[in-house]
Amino acid sequence: MTQEMIEAIKADPSYRELVTKRRGFAVRLSVAMLLVYFLFILSIAFAPSLLGTPLGEGNVTTVGIPVGIFVIVFAFVLTGIYVRRANGEFDDLSHQIKENMRRDMTS
Amino acid sequence: MKYALFAVSIFATSLMAAGAIEGDAERQPLNTAAIIMFLLFVGGTLLITYWAAKKTKTAKDFYTAGGGITGFQNGMAIAGDYMSAASFLGISGLVYLKGYDGLIYSIGFLVGWPIILFLIAEPLKNLGKYTFADVAAYRLRQIPIRILAASGSIATVILYLIAQMVGSGKLIELLFGLQYEAAVVLVGVLMILYVTFGGMLATTWVQIIKAFLLLSGATFMAVAVMVHYDFSFNALFQAAVDLKGEEIMSPGGLVSDPVSAISLAVALMFGTAGLPHILMRFFTVGDAKEARKSVFYATGFIGYFYILTFIIGFGAIVMVFTNPEYLDVAKQAVEGGSPILGGSNMAAIHLSHAVGGDLFLGFISAVAFATILAVVSGLTLAGASAISHDLYASVYKKGNAESMAEMRVSKIATVSLGVIAIALGIMFEKQNIAFVVGLAFAIAASANFPILFLSIYWSKLTTRGAVIGGSLGLATAVILVILGPIVWVQILGYAEPIFPYKYPALFSVSVAFVSIYLFSITDKSDAAEHERAAFEAQNIRSQTGIGSEGASAH
Repeated sequence: MTQEMIEAIKADPSYRELVTKRRGFAVRLSVAMLLVYFLFILSIAFAPSLLGTPLGEGNVTTVGIPVGIFVIVFAFVLTGIYVRRANGEFDDLSHQIKENMRRDMTS
Repeated sequence: MKYALFAVSIFATSLMAAGAIEGDAERQPLNTAAIIMFLLFVGGTLLITYWAAKKTKTAKDFYTAGGGITGFQNGMAIAGDYMSAASFLGISGLVYLKGYDGLIYSIGFLVGWPIILFLIAEPLKNLGKYTFADVAAYRLRQIPIRILAASGSIATVILYLIAQMVGSGKLIELLFGLQYEAAVVLVGVLMILYVTFGGMLATTWVQIIKAFLLLSGATFMAVAVMVHYDFSFNALFQAAVDLKGEEIMSPGGLVSDPVSAISLAVALMFGTAGLPHILMRFFTVGDAKEARKSVFYATGFIGYFYILTFIIGFGAIVMVFTNPEYLDVAKQAVEGGSPILGGSNMAAIHLSHAVGGDLFLGFISAVAFATILAVVSGLTLAGASAISHDLYASVYKKGNAESMAEMRVSKIATVSLGVIAIALGIMFEKQNIAFVVGLAFAIAASANFPILFLSIYWSKLTTRGAVIGGSLGLATAVILVILGPIVWVQILGYAEPIFPYKYPALFSVSVAFVSIYLFSITDKSDAAEHERAAFEAQNIRSQTGIGSEGASAH
């Protein structure tokens, strides 16, 4: 990649849009995952009885079971959300950047 | 006392999803159904290897299956790498023994995947060719970075291989009545055949087939358990609580203090993102789109698998725990309680017999064997790539290696690693190997991951920072594991550990990040200026994939 190409891509509004949008999205989703997981693991470390509370009278299933399943499903759903947007909107933007570059090179 | 040690070692190994079948394995009578099904699997996979061998002509084919694997297939293969025999038997055994604690562990293994997707998968695919060192060395000095990354990879692979080989020897001895040494040699030889002849293409398809068989078998077991309770979880839990008490429904003592909890979380999350055999799979797909899809599918399969192992563990409590057929009478006479044959890691195996008789027991045993074969093949291929691509082609030949020569070296490396794995498997038979997978994860998290992550995202990273910081991270992980409770107390026999925590990752990962930062920002050399300036171009390629399409053609 020549210096000229680098400057051209950096100046491309589509490139800046892609980088900012994706960074924001990836960070938000990562924080969401970390937050949910650390809340889960720290509740076990600090208040183990919390997840051991039964769901109701005469019910042996504890709060921990749906919470645990939730964390698993949450992780899967987050990956789905990311892939959906990245394979659509973000890929369209990278495609746009490549198009712009090709046009610049030929003009 | 023996029981306590046993419980601890199960805890440590199953936790790291690759441990071993602990304790003395008792040989089972020959199970004909198991042997026939296993032979079918071996025959089928050797045919695949033959087919793959004809298609594997260049180094690119060998390392990445020609880059033609789809996102779905790769997701299945990644899930297969993760669903080792020990994570199947170990986690269901842990649920059988401790109930809810088993779920806590499986969740720890899963949550690294979304992070890999959001932060690692795409830049890795866009910047790298065959190994993660390609990415780390993209704008830094090739030789020192490659040597460090290859050391991290090879250390991770060998530690993991020890765990797998010892576990497989014991498991096969137990299930098939084969002698331990013979079992280890058999696994080693088959793995060498798959990898040397079929390369990544054979390794991937062996992994996909096994993942499919394992998921099918586990689904059948979970459904068979649930049918007994009219698909009511509460009824299943009620029956289990009646037998083992209410504490199996709550978090037990496995994650007791906050430091251990966070350190474990760090090891699992960053360790997963630094495992060379997992990272390598992202190069087998065509583009970033497929790379992303593979994580989505992998997360789904792995999450589903962990829910199944949870049901299987509880199923074993209600169907195996009370059945005198599976009781280890000799052990009970000495220790009391109701120990099952082969230890609690065999809970899933006994459950397969309880729900499906000899035939299904044979199927699950054959699947467990297949699982070991598939996982060691993936590991060996990753280790061989680090040797041939990073050390031979990039360091020794300075990037000017012939594709054919590079492939020859990788085959020699595969055979050597296979022989080393067999030798270590036999050497470590009677050793306590509870620490090895923990150490592998700690090294992956403290050396491989920080270098990879910072080389992608931090423009001020320099070679000096990466090499010194990565080495310090690696050394800290090794030293803290040795001084910690598992090696210092359990193996070396000292009364008190010098380092009190079982998982060093929180400390060693911090050491790595802080020292990489310090040694990078204080690097005033011209070379460092150059490396910082090169970030711009790298970032464009990392973000958009521009330049990566043609890069995979050697």
